[in-house]
Amino acid sequence: MSTQPLPAVPFLKIPEDADPYLEGHRCDSCGATYLGERDVCSKCGARDQMSKVKLPNSGKLYSFSIVYRSFPGIEVPYVSAIVDLDDGTAIKGNLIGVEPDPAKIEFDMPVEVVFDDALGRKDREGNAYMAYFFQPKAG
Amino acid sequence: MTDAYIVGVDMIKFGRFPDRTVPQIGAQAALMALDDCGLTIHDMQALYSGNLGQASGMVGQRILQEIGQTGIPVVNVANACATGATAFREAWASVKAGLYDCVLAVGVEQMGKGLLGGSGGGTGIPKEGLLGSGTMPAVFAEAGMEHARKYGTTFEQFAKVSVKNHHHSTLNPKAMYQIETPLEEVMNAEMISYPNTKLMCSVNVDGSAAAVICSEAKAKELGLMKRAVKVRASVMASDPWQERDLVMPDVNSCTRRAAKEAYEMAGLGAQDINLIELHDCFATAEILHYENLGLCADGEAGRLIDEGEVALGGRIPVNVSGGLLSKGHPLGATGIANIYEVSTHLRGEAGQRQVEGARIGLTHVIGLGSACGIHILEKA
Repeated sequence: MSTQPLPAVPFLKIPEDADPYLEGHRCDSCGATYLGERDVCSKCGARDQMSKVKLPNSGKLYSFSIVYRSFPGIEVPYVSAIVDLDDGTAIKGNLIGVEPDPAKIEFDMPVEVVFDDALGRKDREGNAYMAYFFQPKAG
Repeated sequence: MTDAYIVGVDMIKFGRFPDRTVPQIGAQAALMALDDCGLTIHDMQALYSGNLGQASGMVGQRILQEIGQTGIPVVNVANACATGATAFREAWASVKAGLYDCVLAVGVEQMGKGLLGGSGGGTGIPKEGLLGSGTMPAVFAEAGMEHARKYGTTFEQFAKVSVKNHHHSTLNPKAMYQIETPLEEVMNAEMISYPNTKLMCSVNVDGSAAAVICSEAKAKELGLMKRAVKVRASVMASDPWQERDLVMPDVNSCTRRAAKEAYEMAGLGAQDINLIELHDCFATAEILHYENLGLCADGEAGRLIDEGEVALGGRIPVNVSGGLLSKGHPLGATGIANIYEVSTHLRGEAGQRQVEGARIGLTHVIGLGSACGIHILEKA
């Protein structure tokens, strides 16, 4: 069992001596950015033109849904959000720190990416995980 | 190339049949479609079978075990919610190519109850509710909220889609439900994923539908042109690259691509269509497809539902069968069931829900992942 939390998804990087961050892969040929690794760009078809990039921890809310019915054991309600990061990369996650009320959630509201324990979820070996969340920017 | 015609088509009344097997359910629609044109399995030169739940289970061959093992080639198809349309299109293509002149397409599904989708797979820990939601109601809610973001579409407008389709289904004896659902009831139903309430989600049901497709020469030889329906266009598209499509399945661009190609193939436009069966897997989705299929300009879908243009009796009736929202959505059968619905109107046999004077109709399905199938049909 790992003493350090493991990343909930492969594109969440947890360096030993620095803050966690999200990693994208950017096509040097057309500029499209992907979460996770790939060798071929699905936008332009270029091969072996991918460079690792550290994604910004800041973005805006693009779309959302407030989820009231999920699978057994999943706490509801929660806000499922699509966020456009400042570099244009789209990412999905939970929006926290806001009431699950459509009147309280605004399109394009500025959000920051924060990293925290994965809601207490552990794998079969008992390993703890770290996840990313979005929360409204202060002020 | 020859023109291809639907000469026989039918569907079973959708419902829940836990005591029957998938091949048994599929066989029932297959026999009904054969009876519709007075042919038998011995007249069929190939079978194209669509089913998702038992995609590796040779469902087509097992249907033949129920209705006659004549030794014809069988192609089993799985393509998410476009499965039935894909089976139909493969059958159509085989006739167009001149391989065969009389073939059978069947779509069948047996569904459990409950949520579809989710992001629970893979290694490590479940991601559902941790990194957003991958459930279908949430995914289509997010797609609807993108429309709300652009055009101010309201919860009430989305809900009106469900009121309309449930009303239509009261006129369709083959729909799962025939129940009126007033606006307040739709909006106050259990919220599943805002803005989709329970009554704004399609119904998981068991069902099957089937069609017999012939070349023009064969249809004439068999004396079946009187009730034949001409396939004016058959088009499929996958989702072209879009900037958010890794996190937000894109149902719009593949529908637009397929629609443009289908109108070109048929040599007509949206203004020439008399009725449409489109993929209302959720109420939010139907609104998007008014624009994707060119029924109105971008941003006008809310007005279309407000003004009743898409209701039976309106300018362009949409989902007069009750749609997936009330007729039900047996995934692999849906794409042929909507071909049955449009064909029935073109034949003037739709009874109480008949779209008067219907001459040309369009069917649309979309499977997330994504696969879009569009057919344009015309009374022969």
